[in-house]
Amino acid sequence: MATINTAWDHVSGNVFKTWIIMFLFSLFTVGVIYIIAQGFGYGEIGGLGITGFALILAGIMNFVSYYWSDKIVLGISGAKPVEKKDNPEIYRLVENLCIAAGLPLPKIYILEDTAPNAFATGRDPKHGVICFTTGILQKLNKEELEGVTAHELSHIGNRDTLLMSVVSILVGTIALLSDFFMRSMWYGGRDRDSKNSGIFMIIAIVAAILAPIVATLIQLAVSRRRELLADASGVLLTRHPSGLANALQKISSDREPLEAANRGTAHMYIINPLKGSEAKAWLAGLFNTHPPVEVRVKALREMEGKV
Amino acid sequence: MNPLYIIIGLLVLVGLWILFTYNSLITLRNRVREAWSQIDVQLKRRSSLIPNLVETVKGYAKHEKGVLEEVTKARTALMGAKNPHEAADADNMLTGALKTLFAVSENYPQLRASENFKQLQDEISDTETKVAASRQFYNTNVLDLNNNLETIPSAWVGQIFNFKKEEFFKATEEEKADVKVQF
Repeated sequence: MATINTAWDHVSGNVFKTWIIMFLFSLFTVGVIYIIAQGFGYGEIGGLGITGFALILAGIMNFVSYYWSDKIVLGISGAKPVEKKDNPEIYRLVENLCIAAGLPLPKIYILEDTAPNAFATGRDPKHGVICFTTGILQKLNKEELEGVTAHELSHIGNRDTLLMSVVSILVGTIALLSDFFMRSMWYGGRDRDSKNSGIFMIIAIVAAILAPIVATLIQLAVSRRRELLADASGVLLTRHPSGLANALQKISSDREPLEAANRGTAHMYIINPLKGSEAKAWLAGLFNTHPPVEVRVKALREMEGKV
Repeated sequence: MNPLYIIIGLLVLVGLWILFTYNSLITLRNRVREAWSQIDVQLKRRSSLIPNLVETVKGYAKHEKGVLEEVTKARTALMGAKNPHEAADADNMLTGALKTLFAVSENYPQLRASENFKQLQDEISDTETKVAASRQFYNTNVLDLNNNLETIPSAWVGQIFNFKKEEFFKATEEEKADVKVQF
């Protein structure tokens, strides 16, 4: 295939790139753990023991946020559940797209906020949750809402909560391990084997400083990749790329801030709700949770008429 | 190393590969069947709304016998459909008949004003979307199965165990033409 432009190409391309990133991330994690474990040496509590401790700690913390992802986010944002009789239009819209996606109907929530936005979460499709702000229901037309809903359902169908939790566990492990290591440098690490204080020690210090930053950057790269994937799989559901493209433009050009959003939950929304936090420069772009809207819209416009 | 062991090892690997491919083909085929039963659910839902609709329309528009008979006939055909092909035909027939019915109903202001009629019309247009959605899901699964049955190497396993490609649930020419808006 000469050009990559149908929605199918976008889906398989983004899935492939996710695998590549995850593979490199695993290699990176193993490498960092090895270097820092060497730095710790094989004293009373060896480096591997500490690695195991960091892994378990990060695992528990992230498991909680993974397993109760629906409850935690809804609790923080204060969204209210919707029944069919409350809002038959949105209920049917979600229901019909679920049939097309072959997903069980998620719980539908509405967040009282005039800023247009939406998010989805849940540990698996059976515990899926999709949430709209009242603003998005008012400001978007049916086609645009379908595009947004299909994007959110794709996050559920692609098991993005699970994937991002796995990524968070790796990032957390690296962060904890680096932290432990730096602390042990301050507080009496003097009884260590002298052979570890050489070049390996310096490498380990550098790794402990840089690794958490690199790990966070990789996490954000995965997040951006999954957004593009959800855009493309969403298009396969609606077969109507311009619906989502128009919605993204409308939402991003809306200047109203979303009250319920904060740094902890910003990555979950269809468009980063922290207005003005979207950096344009290449270097700063590495820290974005979402790809720039222009990039997403361009990809969607490309799919036009090819699905 | 005894070459015999290498041969045995290779045979085991090939056997395992056939096993896994066979299982995944079965899974795909079952998904197609499940997706088909989902269309069936929506079609049943749709046809169950028809008698109610016919009764309601009869109350206001007795003279439209021909149209009502057409709808009832299409419904019976849909209930009796045994495979995707027949169901697609009957469903398209029903869609056409309903379109005529709703067009005719425009001539009866009292019917149009009836709350019951409005609700039914709403329900029916929603089930139409649901039928279309389940059809889309079915086609996605058919595509998955057919891709596996046509691409090598899984196509070989498909041939050994005599898997058959499934048929897509097609829209009518009329539905495709629907995209054009006329004034």
